[in-house]
This record gives sequence, C-alpha cells and structure tokens, in this order.
Amino acid sequence: MKEPNDVIIRSITKIAVIIIFTFAINLFISGHHHPGGGFIGGLTFSAGLVLLFLTFDIETVRKNLPLDFKVVAAIGVLIAVGTGVGSLLFNEPFLTQTFGYIELPVFGETELASAVLFDVGVALAVIGTSLTIIMSIGDDR
Amino acid sequence: MYWFHFLIMLPFIFAVFVPILYKKFCPRIHTGWFVFLVPLLIFVYLITFIPDIANGNTIITSLPWIPSYNINFTTYIDGLGLMFGLLITGIGALVILYSIFYLSKEREALHNFYVYLLMFMGAMLGLVFSDNIFVLYVFWELTSVSSFLLIAYWYEREKSRYGAQKSMLITIFGGLAMLAGLVMISSNSGTYSIREMLMNTDAITSSALFVPAMVLILLGAFTKSAQFPFSIWLPDAMEAPTPISAYLHSATMVKAGIYLVARLTPVFGGSSEWFWIVTGVGLITLLYGSVNAVRQTDLKALLAYSTISQLGLIMSLLGLGSAAMYFGLGDETAVYGTAVFAALFHLLNHSTFKGSLFMVVGIIDHETGTRDIRRLGGLIHLMPISFTLMVIGAFSMAGLPPFNGFLSKEMFFAAVNNAAKMDFFNMGTIGVLIPIIAWIASVFTFIYCMILVFKTFRGKYKLDNDRVVHEAPLGMLIPPIILGSLVILGFFFPNLISQYLLKPALTSVLPMLTEADVLRLKITAWHGWNQELWMTIGVVVLGTILYLNIRKWYRVYKFYPQSLTINHIYNLSLNKLEQIYGLITNFYMTGFIRDYLVYIFGFMIIVVGGSIWLFDGISFDSSNDNPATLFEIAIMIVSVVSAVTVLFAKSRISSIVAVGALGYLVAFFFVLFRAPDLALTQLVVETVTTALFLLCFYHLPQLRKEISRIPFKVTNAVIAIGSGVVITLVALSVNGNRLFDSISSYYENAYELAGAKNIVNAILVDFRGIDTMLEILVLSIAGLGVYSLIKLRLVKEGSDERAE
Repeated sequence: MKEPNDVIIRSITKIAVIIIFTFAINLFISGHHHPGGGFIGGLTFSAGLVLLFLTFDIETVRKNLPLDFKVVAAIGVLIAVGTGVGSLLFNEPFLTQTFGYIELPVFGETELASAVLFDVGVALAVIGTSLTIIMSIGDDR
Repeated sequence: MYWFHFLIMLPFIFAVFVPILYKKFCPRIHTGWFVFLVPLLIFVYLITFIPDIANGNTIITSLPWIPSYNINFTTYIDGLGLMFGLLITGIGALVILYSIFYLSKEREALHNFYVYLLMFMGAMLGLVFSDNIFVLYVFWELTSVSSFLLIAYWYEREKSRYGAQKSMLITIFGGLAMLAGLVMISSNSGTYSIREMLMNTDAITSSALFVPAMVLILLGAFTKSAQFPFSIWLPDAMEAPTPISAYLHSATMVKAGIYLVARLTPVFGGSSEWFWIVTGVGLITLLYGSVNAVRQTDLKALLAYSTISQLGLIMSLLGLGSAAMYFGLGDETAVYGTAVFAALFHLLNHSTFKGSLFMVVGIIDHETGTRDIRRLGGLIHLMPISFTLMVIGAFSMAGLPPFNGFLSKEMFFAAVNNAAKMDFFNMGTIGVLIPIIAWIASVFTFIYCMILVFKTFRGKYKLDNDRVVHEAPLGMLIPPIILGSLVILGFFFPNLISQYLLKPALTSVLPMLTEADVLRLKITAWHGWNQELWMTIGVVVLGTILYLNIRKWYRVYKFYPQSLTINHIYNLSLNKLEQIYGLITNFYMTGFIRDYLVYIFGFMIIVVGGSIWLFDGISFDSSNDNPATLFEIAIMIVSVVSAVTVLFAKSRISSIVAVGALGYLVAFFFVLFRAPDLALTQLVVETVTTALFLLCFYHLPQLRKEISRIPFKVTNAVIAIGSGVVITLVALSVNGNRLFDSISSYYENAYELAGAKNIVNAILVDFRGIDTMLEILVLSIAGLGVYSLIKLRLVKEGSDERAE
C-alpha cells in the first residue's frame, strides 16, 4: 500500500475507532435482548480495525496489536465447540444452552446465559477470519 | 458424562495440551513422558473391569449426543471390547515408552507426533467400545485419518507421502463402503445399536440386502485389515516411524477389521457366503503375505508382509469358526467354536510377538542405520539382548515351543483339519485344499522367520559405515522385553489368559455357544502325537531345508512379471485417473471468474427458474400488499440509479462506490421493514466488503473498454437478464404460494426457552446453534484458505512449508 499521509483522517480515526469499538462491544452485549449479537459485534469490531489499517500502515497497527488473527479465529471456534462439549459434562445433548439469573450488587438482577459464551466464540471467529483475509490481501505486494 | 466416557475422550483432551507441554518443557523433558501417563491410566482402569466382565457381565453407559436423530454415544463394555481396549492401551503405553528413546527430542516435531498418536488411541478406544454404528463409523474414519498423518510424519520424504496417500485412499474407500453396509443393516433391523442388532438378527438375515450389506461391510474390514488384494497399502505404510509401525500397523489399527468381523459374526455367521468370503480371503492373504515376505530385503517390509499373512490367518480362523453358527448346538459347534477361540488367542499373541519384533527391528535400524538384510549380519555379539528378543518373537511367529505362537498355531492347524472334514457349504473336494494352503503358508512363515533372525544376527559383520554399533539404551529395550516375556508367559499360563480375557471375548462373538457351555476349552501344549503336531514338525523340517538352500530357489520370484503386481495396477490406475480428471477439470476450470459466474448463475436460472416454470409457481397475490410510501419509492429509485451506474462506470473506484451505495440502500429497506438485525448485518458486511474491495483494487489492472465478440456478449446478457428475471419472479411469487405453515411460531417463546428477548439471536446461538457452529468453522476454514493461497504460494518446493 502507498504511504497515506492525511492528518485529518488520522486525527479523526483515533477518536472514531474508540467509538466504533465501544459500539461493537455494545452491539455484542445487547445482542441477547436487542438487535446485535456475536456476528454483528465481531464484524463491527473488525470494521474498526480495518479503519485503523487503512489510516495507518498495516505494519504500525501490527506492532501495536501483536495478535495472530488466525489464532483468534481458531480460539473462537474452539470456544464455540467447547460450550457444546461442555453440555455433555452435565449429561445433556451436545450444544444444549442454559441460562439463569443472579443478583449483582450494582446491576441488580443480571442474566447469565451460556449462549453468550457461545456468542463470544462466534465473535472471535468472525473477527479472526475477516482480519486474516483482509490482512493477507492487504499485506500482499 | 460418565467416568468411562471421560476416559475414552481423555486422549483427545490430553492432545490439546501436548503442544503446550512441548513448548514449555522440550528439550528438557521428552514430551513422551507426559503422554505415557495417558494409556497407562486407562490401562489400569480397564484392568479393574476384568473380574466383572469375566463373570459374564456387560456394562452399558449412554450419553445423548444427537438424541433427535437417535445417535447416542453408548459405550458397551464386553469381553471383546475389553480385550481390544487392553491391547490398545497396553501396547500403546509400551510404544510411547519406546518412542521416548527412539525419537530425538531435539530434532523431531514431537508435538505433532504425540497429538496424532493420542488422536489415534482415542479413536481406537472409541471404536471398540461404541455401540452406535454411526459413532463407530466416525471413530473408524478417525483411525484412518490419524494413520495417514502418522505415516506422513516425515512428510518431506516422498515415499512417506506416497504411502500415506495410498493407505488413506484404500482405507477410506473401505470405510465408505462399510458405512453403506451399516446403513443397510440398520434400516433392516430398525436400530442403530449393534447390541440390539445382535438380539434381532432375523430381520437382517431374512432381508434381500443381506448379501450386499455383508459384502460392503467386509470391504471395510478387509481394507482396514490389509487383506488381499487391499494389502498393498501396508508395506508402504512402513515409512512411518517404527514405533508407529509397531503400534498401528501391526498391533492395533489393522486389527480393527478383525474386530468388526468378530463383532458382526453373530449377525452374519452361519451363512455360506460369510464363511466362504472370510475364510477364502483370509487364506489367500495368508499365503500371499508369507510367500512375499520371503523375498523382501528390508526388515520392516518383511515384517509388513508377515503382518499381512498373520492377519489373513486370524481372518480365516474367524471365517472357519463362523460355521459354528450353522449347526445350532451340538458337538460340531464346539469344534468350530474352537476356531474363533484360536483366532482371538492368536490375535493376542500376534500383538505381543509382532510388537516386540518391530521394536527390535527399530533398535537395529536405530543403531546400525540400515534395515537392509543384505547389509546386515553378525550382530549377535554386539547386540545380544536384541538377538534374544528377536529369537523369542520370530520363533513364536514360526509356531515353535515354548512360545505362545506355538499354541495358537496348533489350534489353527486343528481348525483347518476340521474344515477339510466338513460336508456342508459345498465343501466336498475344495475342503481338502484348506489345510494344504495353510501348511504351505506356514512353511514360508517359518522361512522368513529364520531369515529375520539369522540373516541379521549371524554370519559375517559387513556393515561398512563408521558407526560403532552397540546395544540399545535400556529404555528402548524395556518395552520389547515386557512383550517378549509375555510371549513366554503366554505359553506357560495360557489358561489364565483364556479364563480372564479370551472366554469373555468369545462370549461376545458366539454368545449362544457359551450360554450352553458346550466348550471345554483347556489349552495344553502337549496333546499327543496327533496330526497337528506332525504338521508342525513337517513345517520345521521342510522350512529348514528350504531356508538352507534359499539361494537355489530364490530365482523363482523373478519369474513373476512386475507388470502384474497389484502395486503396479494401483499406480497405473491412479495415474490414469489423474490424467482423465485433469482433462475434465481443465475443460471447465478456465481460470476466469466470469466463466465461473456464468456456471453459477446459469445453474441457478435453470434449476430455480425451471422448477418454478414446471410446477406452475408463478402466481402473484397482491391482496395483502401495502401501498408503497413516498420514502420507499425514493429509495427504490436511488437503488436503481446506483445499480445502473455500475454498468456505465468508467473507473473501478466509481463502480465500487456504486455497489456500496446499493448495499447501504438495501440496508435502508431492512430498516423500513423492521428487521434491525438484518439491517445491522447488511451495513457492517457492506462496510467491510467495500474495504476489502479497495484492498483488492490495488492489485487489479486499469479498467478499460473491452472489445469482445458478439456471442460472448450475448451469453453474458442472457445470464444477467435471466438471473434478474428469475429472482424477481421468485420474490414476487412468494406471497402467492404458501406451501407450508410459517415456522416462526416455534421461536416465539424464545424468552421462556432461551432467556433471550431477541429471537434472531436466540435462533442463531441456541435453537440452531449447531448451524452457527459449523458456519463459523467454515468461515475460519475459508479464512485459512485465503491466507494459504496468498501467503504460501511463493514457497518453493523442498523448503519448510510451515515457515509462516
């Protein structure tokens, strides 16, 4: 890629990326009851990262974010499969999800669902895969 | 999850941690020491079952896996399964101990090795203990896959890759055939459980699919157990490291076919087809293996052929023994039942002596650097312990006392002699051939056993490399010593083994026999000057004469033309297949994306459009339509404009922007129609793909006006307009046709069932969770595919492909 040297986009990106990340996490968490979820949240997150890649150099981002996204994708799939296998431990069929409610001091009654853990896997797999693809293509000279 | 399920899964679970252990401790501590604990633990645990099983009990535990399809991970512990389980873990532990000294911790990729090995062990345990045929099939194929990986362990060698591919092709082919056979018998008996099938054999034997199912299942068993003519993969599998050859390709995996035949004998046994196929193939394999073993010059190849021959022996015994089912109960039943008993006994013996032989050959290879018989000799003084172990193993294989092979070999002779006297299944004249074939094969077995011992250890020392040859380290000797002592102990205390292992196993193969208690099984080394003993003496005498004069008749082998060997036929057909398929593939894979798009869309037009036209699906129902608002009309006009813009765009960037705009407008439609999840997904996907486009854009050439021929343009126009029309028609006809009731009511109580107010998300992660799981798996595989296509394409052949 050519060296981008645009002050305006750089300054804006620095702030925008944080907003996008926050939005992505919000999308992910609200996914249980409102529009959103692992797929959308994960993809939004990678959209934010793509913005970083476009604005700064891939190398710069990689230096500050030393993650192998292939591994991220693999961990995501492992988590998703792991929650499925986990239900076998309780003598339930593969991929049985469960949920429950607990009282937390600040948040009040909070729902805990194993499906959210599954969703974490989905999100990680989506982030890992999309960024693996984008980085392999973008990196290629 | 029961404790027993956990133990079967333990190798898989532990395999996840092997790379971590490798990274953390290697090269300080050999990774094998950690892995060693796994089979040891399972072995000890399985031993605790012996008293219970020996009393005739069986243990069933069931774990629901996909209960809606009636597929459960049901484990069924009975005598046969337990015997195999003990073999798998016992020999597994010894092999891992051996591999610790065989594989260098500095040079070898130990993490790969032990992950594959554990995968294999878990698959094998699952195979012998599972009751559900589909679970059994999954584990069956897993053993093929892990065997492939282990043969190709030194993947930089061309021969390893060749051998791995060969074994994969042959065993997977057999596995698929077996699956078809299993489906047939399960549809006849109405159950997926082997145990229930065995109780309800009439439904299978009376069905028209009886013989096809039998042949298909036997294909699976024969390919796995390297029976003639599928035996060709086994010698090439010897490219694997020697511990693997000892474990997979002699002691355990190749016995999976034997296991299957034994397990299904209660279903198929008693029919003449089963008797003839199993016995016949077994005997041919026995002869083929032993005759070919004599001509080998590589020690491991010799052992490979001898394994083929011994597997044939066990297989033919199972075939002969199945005749017991034919008689019902009577004196004859006992006679043939003994054959099955001999098969199980020999299976156990073979695992012990062949395992130790492979380990000794590995030691020789390790210490001298060669396995070529022509270069070896005179090692007796340098490696006395290895020599002793080799003598024990080889003499047991040749059927000499005082080793356990003698006992089972005598029982084998007894069984073939009985078969000669049979007067059913059209035996008549052919029956006499059975003992003759068996006897000739035994003579050759004797000869190659002598070659194994004396060509390597006696004679002149002729090694010409600079190595200082000495005895192997103690750790490498301990496993073969344990196996060797079992060979001798087996001779002196056969009835102990029989009581606790073989009789319970026999109960599983021939249940009605043991119920009636007609079998008086007492193994004795001496039973008078009977025919069997004379046969053994004959084998020894003729074998010795032939061995001493081997130079004079060795030339016979050269008369057999090379072009008629099965290997040659295999290679030829593989090459031809590659050529033909290459031609076909090159015909339609042009390398132009637009051609592929033409295929895809053309297919869609023909199938979707064709079926809509055929079934009169085109009917419009506008009674429920809302009037379009101004806002909707505006968005529609803009989308049409942006779609048309793409066609006339002069530069790539403007067409990408136009496509992106179209995508966002579609998202607006989703918002208008109150599908926020879809709208969000569409928005984000559009953003990321546009970014991806921009990245690819960098690599693409300038857009220029293409001057192309008229037919080409016409095809494109037809395809483009056609797919547009078909999609429009489908979209418009949706309201006119309601074939099924809406399924949305199933998901309406998502909050009660899944605790989620967002139905879309509840469907994604809970109701249809398995779809999502497989989708992200496919997604990740696609990601890795893109990565490997782009990143690994420049890697030259021969260099480390995993450098990235």
